[in-house]
Amino acid sequence: MEVIFVLIGFSSFVALMFLAAYIWSVKTGQYDDNYTPSVRILFDSEVKKNKKEQPEVEHKKI
Amino acid sequence: MNQVEEINIKEKLICYHCGEECKDDEIKIGNKLFCCNGCKTVYELLDANDLCTYYNIDENPGLSKKNDIKKNFDFLDDAELKEKIIDFTDGKITTVTFSIPQTHCSSCIWILENLYKMDEGVIHSEANFLKKIVSIKFDETKTTLKNIVILLDSIGYEPDLNLADKEVEKSALINKKLWYKIGVAGFAAGNIMLFSFPEYLSLNDMATDNIKPVFSYLNILFSLPVFFYSASDYFISAYKGLRKKIVNVDVPISIGILVLFLRSLFEIISQTGAGYLDSMTALVFFLIVGKMFQNKTYAALNFERNYKSYFPIAVTMKKNNIETTKPVDKLEVKDRIIIKNGELIPADSVLINGVAFIDYSFVTGESNPVEKINGDLIYAGGRQVGGAIEVETVKEVSQSYLTQLWNNKTFTKDDESKIDAFVNVVSRYFTFIVIAIASVAAIYWFPISSSLAFNALTAVLIIACPCALALSTPFTLGSSMRIFGRNKFYLKSTHVIEKLAAITSIVFDKTGTITETQNANVEFVGDSLSDYETQLAKSLVHNSSHPLSKNIFNILHEVEILNISNYKEIPGQGISAIIDGHNVQIGSRVYVTENSNKDESNLSTQVYLSIDDNVRGFFKITNSYRPKLKEVISSLQNNYKLSILSGDNDGERNSLLDIFDQKTEMLFKQSPYDKLNYIENLQNKGNEVLMIGDGLNDAGALKRSDVGISISEDVNNFSPACDGILDSKSFKKLDDFIKFSKTSKNIIILSFIISFIYNIVGLSFAVQGTLSPVISAILMPLSSISVVVFATLSTNLMAKRKGLI
Repeated sequence: MEVIFVLIGFSSFVALMFLAAYIWSVKTGQYDDNYTPSVRILFDSEVKKNKKEQPEVEHKKI
Repeated sequence: MNQVEEINIKEKLICYHCGEECKDDEIKIGNKLFCCNGCKTVYELLDANDLCTYYNIDENPGLSKKNDIKKNFDFLDDAELKEKIIDFTDGKITTVTFSIPQTHCSSCIWILENLYKMDEGVIHSEANFLKKIVSIKFDETKTTLKNIVILLDSIGYEPDLNLADKEVEKSALINKKLWYKIGVAGFAAGNIMLFSFPEYLSLNDMATDNIKPVFSYLNILFSLPVFFYSASDYFISAYKGLRKKIVNVDVPISIGILVLFLRSLFEIISQTGAGYLDSMTALVFFLIVGKMFQNKTYAALNFERNYKSYFPIAVTMKKNNIETTKPVDKLEVKDRIIIKNGELIPADSVLINGVAFIDYSFVTGESNPVEKINGDLIYAGGRQVGGAIEVETVKEVSQSYLTQLWNNKTFTKDDESKIDAFVNVVSRYFTFIVIAIASVAAIYWFPISSSLAFNALTAVLIIACPCALALSTPFTLGSSMRIFGRNKFYLKSTHVIEKLAAITSIVFDKTGTITETQNANVEFVGDSLSDYETQLAKSLVHNSSHPLSKNIFNILHEVEILNISNYKEIPGQGISAIIDGHNVQIGSRVYVTENSNKDESNLSTQVYLSIDDNVRGFFKITNSYRPKLKEVISSLQNNYKLSILSGDNDGERNSLLDIFDQKTEMLFKQSPYDKLNYIENLQNKGNEVLMIGDGLNDAGALKRSDVGISISEDVNNFSPACDGILDSKSFKKLDDFIKFSKTSKNIIILSFIISFIYNIVGLSFAVQGTLSPVISAILMPLSSISVVVFATLSTNLMAKRKGLI
């Protein structure tokens, strides 16, 4: 039966970890702006290369 | 292939940069067309920096540079002023946050975050789309604040620089605290509920009995942060209320939480029961969720602006023929300043040099620019139209005629207590009744058993904790506020809805509120004018100060103005002149065409143009009153006392009488102070006043009124301090909004009734002293959730019925 106390200890510890993670996420401003990151993630990181590659690909297709 | 393209081009020429229509295909690079050289320059700049991705993210994302005025940002070199604008600097690395009202698409975010490609001094820039701000971190050794602002301006994103901007961050901090509190409360409530399961299931074997006390003590441990941290706001608010001898809704809530917590502690420590910690933590969690829901704010809007955010940050000074800049708040009496086209006069001053046409529309409500001659006094807040003028200040900025308004007591007092929130009125009675019931129950049971009396007393206080009462208001009003927001009516807080429901009198400003601002809709009907004809027409209307001439002048594209002779203006009919050998006439149908048959079917104003007696067509100027004004007014005037306050003269009285009925009080030539006093008088007569205005001249009245709504063509533009900002496109729904605010109030009353029913059921258990933790654990969340669901659903349902969704 003692095992249940160990389990409670562990589960509470895990739960506290999640609470800490939540507080950290609020603290670092992840709830401040919930729109811009959704746009930002779709930007291509390097544009220059794409431009040069694209015509070549098209040639191959034809 | 080529032919198809050509046809496309003929159909519509669209600027590659800003998406506006181009008048011809003269300005282009390759196959990319531009409407003006400004747009082309921006494209070239971006192209040179390999930033053309800007155009791939959104189509024609740019901002038109057609009406761009070259600005002088020299004042940003002023160390003291710079200090006020930046967030932080260590001498080398500086961070600054700019408000960029022009932010409107993904391309904007992209370009604002790629500033480092154009200026190597920029280390990092991050845009926040909803708040329309960008934070920039830059290296002082490689670039300057001024350079960055010039760069932003050159690509069309001129930062909104003013000294009033720095006071916003407070609300963000409060919001963050709420996030922490909700996290802690949710965490504790969830875990405590798990640990309470043996209790719910009434397991009674040996093993469970050993574990139960451990669970109970863990519950206490988890509930401590909820009690001391998450719920602290309620205790503080209740304490503050009681000190002012006000019983607000937080008082019964605090009593409930306190009793729940203390009785649970007592039961657990004395091992007489399991306590109600699960109910307590869940209750706090729900309450904070409600608070969060109610706290919705429109991040990009500002409801607290005063003249400081409208006025420029610095002015151009002239000393010994050298132009320097000076921060506006340092301006002294007798300073000589230069005001350029489109700039504001920051302080009352005397005109020294130049031709002044001052546009006071935003200050006085007068729609036409006023001409001033040397030696005339010019009031602060006017906008110079035309060339540069030189003025000498006669008063300090804060002591000027207009800005003095902000020294009025209306602006210094806190307006929170104007109308008591309905929930607080109810809770006042509620609290006393509950305390009475609790005492009666305790006294009744006391002779039989003191522990039963204690049980009954605490149980009544627990079950009567008005969580449902406290939740119905935020959820109803929060939903209503979102519904209003979807209809482009943005409120400062949910409190405004309750006040809106109570109004008895509505006061309108005229110019800009019930009439549309400058951009009256003008279109030319007839064969399109050639460039030369446009030049002739524009030269003629240039000489007239009639509002219709101004409207026509504004829509004709930029051309050189020709000299005219034999200028004649016949009031009420039209103008004519000989220009470049041609006889040009502009005016009414009768005046120009000599055809007296009145075309009754057309309600819009038509201004005819003839060149050498050849009628070229007419400019159609659509009515400058807001669309559907008549419908809105006729439905409002049955239920409310209406008044119009105008800064203008009474020339429009007759046309206003077509729309408003005889009872409407119309006052003309009203100064900002007159407006404020008028509202105050109405209030003293017992009216709850809704003021609808737009300009700085309404600022006092908007602030003084019970509900001040500022109407705006573009909600991101400047609007004075107010309780709500209404997009002018939604003006026609004004009546619906007011009606819906009343509906919201009725929904709140209904939810109160539901919550009272739950309370009566709970109390019947409580007074008998038989409230078990299980009943409490079921009843309390059930009442909260059902009230929340009822409030949210019925609000949305009613909105759908009224056509607001």
